[in-house]
Amino acid sequence: MNIYVILKRTFDTEEKIVIENGKISEDGVEFIINPYDEYAVEEAIKLRDEHGGEVTVVTVGEEESDKQLRTALAMGADKSVLIDDEDVEDGDQFSTAKILAAYFEDKEVDIIIGGNVAIDGASGQVGPRLAELLDIPHVTTITKLEIDGTNVKIERDVEGDVEVIETSLPVLVTAQQGLNEPRYPSLPGIMKAKKKPLEELEIDDLDLDEDEVEGKTRTLEVYLPPEKQAGKVLEGELDDQVKELVSLLRSEAKVI
Amino acid sequence: MAKKVLVLGEVRDGELRNVSYEAVAAAKEIAEGGEIVSVLCGESVSGLADNLIHYGADRVLVIEDEKLKTYTTDGYAQALLQVIDQEDPEGIVFGHTAMGKDLSPRLAAKLGSGLVSDVTGIENTGGNLIYTRPIYSGKAFEKKIITDGISFVTIRPNNIAALEKDESRSGDVTNIDVSIKDLRTIVKEIVRKTTDGVDLSEAKIIVAGGRGVKSAEGFGPLEELAEVLGAAVGASRGACDAEYCDYGLQIGQTGKVVTPDLYIACGISGAIQHLAGMSNSKIIVAINKDPEANIFNIADYGIVGDLFEVVPKLTEEFKKVLV
Ligand SMILES: Cc1cc2nc3c(=O)[nH]c(=O)nc-3n(C[C@H](O)[C@H](O)[C@H](O)COP(=O)(O)OP(=O)(O)OC[C@H]3O[C@@H](n4cnc5c(N)ncnc54)[C@H](O)[C@@H]3O)c2cc1C
Ligand SMILES: Cc1cc2nc3c(=O)[nH]c(=O)nc-3n(C[C@H](O)[C@H](O)[C@H](O)COP(=O)(O)OP(=O)(O)OC[C@H]3O[C@@H](n4cnc5c(N)ncnc54)[C@H](O)[C@@H]3O)c2cc1C
Repeated sequence: MNIYVILKRTFDTEEKIVIENGKISEDGVEFIINPYDEYAVEEAIKLRDEHGGEVTVVTVGEEESDKQLRTALAMGADKSVLIDDEDVEDGDQFSTAKILAAYFEDKEVDIIIGGNVAIDGASGQVGPRLAELLDIPHVTTITKLEIDGTNVKIERDVEGDVEVIETSLPVLVTAQQGLNEPRYPSLPGIMKAKKKPLEELEIDDLDLDEDEVEGKTRTLEVYLPPEKQAGKVLEGELDDQVKELVSLLRSEAKVI
Repeated sequence: MAKKVLVLGEVRDGELRNVSYEAVAAAKEIAEGGEIVSVLCGESVSGLADNLIHYGADRVLVIEDEKLKTYTTDGYAQALLQVIDQEDPEGIVFGHTAMGKDLSPRLAAKLGSGLVSDVTGIENTGGNLIYTRPIYSGKAFEKKIITDGISFVTIRPNNIAALEKDESRSGDVTNIDVSIKDLRTIVKEIVRKTTDGVDLSEAKIIVAGGRGVKSAEGFGPLEELAEVLGAAVGASRGACDAEYCDYGLQIGQTGKVVTPDLYIACGISGAIQHLAGMSNSKIIVAINKDPEANIFNIADYGIVGDLFEVVPKLTEEFKKVLV
């Protein structure tokens, strides 16, 4: 089976956001695999172990994304591809999907697994956009995946409810929490990963022009939300605190 | 310049979701005086059309087809593409709901359009429509414009106010037929996990419990408070992992993202992954027995104490003042 994972490198969840010269600063920031994409890598490895075949992890991003690809290889993926997007400015989700689609154009794909959302850009667009460009069906926010021949049975999370879906390969799916428990890379896994293929491509290698991948949206400004005033911790007898809270919520905050 | 803008009305349990009315208000902003056309898909949904008009839509297109009874990407995509072809709109607004998130990127990709997802504010500066959206789990915001194609927008529930309901408004409701074929995904079954209460992502008030509630029964006092306030009940992952409640209630980075007017956190420590789902709430109340708990750093009001003492008292007090 030809199993592909699309993976994004993101800020570690714990990072504070600092803005410098109108941009989010990456100085000293720890990067991780987008948490939902870890589920995707894990699921891909499990599928391969069950059905045979190969797992290829693909990312569009800066050169430094090789670290996250190595981690995926250490978890057990077989091959990885880094498509360098540094030459292109003003990109958005359209651009990423377009670049990925160009990469997949000549590939035999059985399944593509991604995350349902990246915790930084947070649009959740890339998976469905890519599926449309490849003219294959997609299923988002999946929590269970079973493949039998070309038949695919999926459970997906729909705002807390569970939908049972049937479809067939090829398909693109996006992972939701609950799909699996991603493994940690083992020491032998890390050693082996060093020798596994990491292919580096440029936009040119995909026969794409810069203007073909120009975004359809543009960011004018990034800013931090107003710093929250230190809240008011109430004092005194509990009964009085409760009365005060109810009155504050009604008269000061006006939310009730 | 006046523009025609479509709005997908989303039906759940036979009712329009509140976010669809908010989407009409968003569409008004984008249309700059142009026409708002709502689209309703499903089976026996035409009775809901007037509501959309009362909330500001000028016309409603109703597509009744048994193939649209449950949402599938292909079915809804085919229906909407035919509507877009027929109406030639300049914009289209969805709720940033499971459906909106699944459908809008697919359509935007098909039509080569820009899409701004999870919008919390729209402003018009000298004819430029600027969309605000949270990034990095609400730790930052960005302002975006759409530069190409039909303007696709999904709006986060509870952020853009719906217009005042006006029952004297009238408008055309037209049934249209579309052809829907070859659905590549089939919904075999929908297992309801969520309770019939208030929908979490759209609730104006949320009472949330964490590991501090200590058991499934421990949610009892929170449910009573929620009942009095007409609120939804939510939870931290701590509470879900401990099996005090279903994962459907989880709020946070890997759960639901909510922005209610009032968020009451009971026995929740305030881990960064929890804050990712609720820190943009308008007013946050924390009830925790640990005065050092991180939740107090982002709360507007806090009570340090045992939730099993505080919450019932709060319920009683609200009962008194809300009669
Ligand atoms: C050429 C180019 C230029 C760009 N320029 C800018 C810029 O100037 N400013 C800016 O803010 N952003 C820029 N971006 C990034 C872009 O705006 C988005 O961050 C990116 O498209 C991902 O969107 P998202 O974060 O909403 O991810 P989502 O759509 O939420 O991600 C969902 C899933 O899609 C997959 N996915 C997402 N991104 C990638 C990826 N890069 N590689 C592989 N899989 C992925 C993952 O599985 C992920 O879980 C640029 C991107 C490109 C390609
Ligand atoms: C990748 C990743 C994703 C995650 N996603 C999420 C997510 O989406 N949502 C989420 O919530 N978490 C998420 N987490 C988990 C998160 O890091 C925390 O572990 C979790 O939020 C803790 O839940 P809690 O606050 O209920 O429990 P705890 O941290 O154990 O806090 C319990 C609190 O209850 C208080 N307490 C105890 N008894 C009482 C009492 N009787 N009265 C009053 N107060 C009392 C304690 O003082 C304490 O502050 C994620 C973690 C990771 C690594």
